[in-house]
Amino acid sequence: MTGAAANGRVDICIGGVTVGVRSSDAGFRRLLEHRYAGFVEFGASPDYEFEVELTQPHEGSADDDVRVYRSNGLWLLERGDFRAEWDPATRRGRIRQSANPYSIDTVLRIVHTLVLAREGGFLLHAASAVRNGRAFVFSGVSGAGKTTLARLAPPDADVLTDEISYVRKEAGGYYAYGTPFAGELARVGANLRAPLDTIYLLAQGAENRVSDVGKAEAARGILANMLFFAEDAELVRAVFLSALDLVEHVPVLRLTFRPEAAAWDLIR
Amino acid sequence: MSTQRYVARAANVAARMIGGEMMIMSGSDSSLYSLNETASILWQAADGVTPLAQIVEQHICADYAVDAATALRDAEELAEELARQGILVLSDAPLPDSRPPAKASA
Repeated sequence: MTGAAANGRVDICIGGVTVGVRSSDAGFRRLLEHRYAGFVEFGASPDYEFEVELTQPHEGSADDDVRVYRSNGLWLLERGDFRAEWDPATRRGRIRQSANPYSIDTVLRIVHTLVLAREGGFLLHAASAVRNGRAFVFSGVSGAGKTTLARLAPPDADVLTDEISYVRKEAGGYYAYGTPFAGELARVGANLRAPLDTIYLLAQGAENRVSDVGKAEAARGILANMLFFAEDAELVRAVFLSALDLVEHVPVLRLTFRPEAAAWDLIR
Repeated sequence: MSTQRYVARAANVAARMIGGEMMIMSGSDSSLYSLNETASILWQAADGVTPLAQIVEQHICADYAVDAATALRDAEELAEELARQGILVLSDAPLPDSRPPAKASA
């Protein structure tokens, strides 16, 4: 048994928010430690804590739609392969799932979107990287080139993620954090934090170039790639206004690129 | 003689003017709307108590070369469409209790 799981709990810190995942199954805890390596905290006091009840793997499908809604003061998170409830007052919850890492990964993503929604932050379908102390976010739908760009990152760039970027609004402005939420790169991001310099909306093309994007188009681009699941009018409005606030304060440009390392010459 | 009609912003929406466009998000189903110039005027004036005809006369006829009857007919069609989308409330009576959503248009 390792130090992190010595108390039956693995504490996973992403974006400065620590979620403790408690399980009596040592194998599942090892799976978590491996999957979230670099983001596991030792001796932490988690901000939120979940007890995982493991079920047989044949129950439900990860292809089903996610539902996130409130009932009797609790958040309920449901998909074919998991069911979770979370009391925002006590900051504790329960997850019923098989030992499938994709289930806990989705629960963690949802929990972070709910936490961030009230703080002006969000998760974005985007790769991101830190270069020269500044964070650059590359947003786009599946196939837009997020993983390709991350794979082409030069040695002086630290890739924060190739799939899900973590953006928080803090006293000094917007910051991007590394996440363990990996895409095709199948590699957790660097656990770093840096002030957000620019968001690029990705488009693959015949040449490498950066072009301006109007604020309304930028907002549409950000909103289209934002992760948010909750059926909650208040939070939907909050997330919408957060996206528009981001567009007002952070440059959003379009990066058209060829799948070649030279595309990074434009990112400085 | 037609009945006076009134328009108010729906409660479960958030709206903000950005880059010259009025963008609106429905809180109930996360649908995103972007209004054209005329629709933005209607949206911003939709206080629930000013008759639609008066909004058209003051904010549309005054700035656009269009006769009042045509402008009102177009505005009614637009209001009905926005009401169908759930982002505007259209009524034959004033809606004094309707309030613009928090952090509404800038």
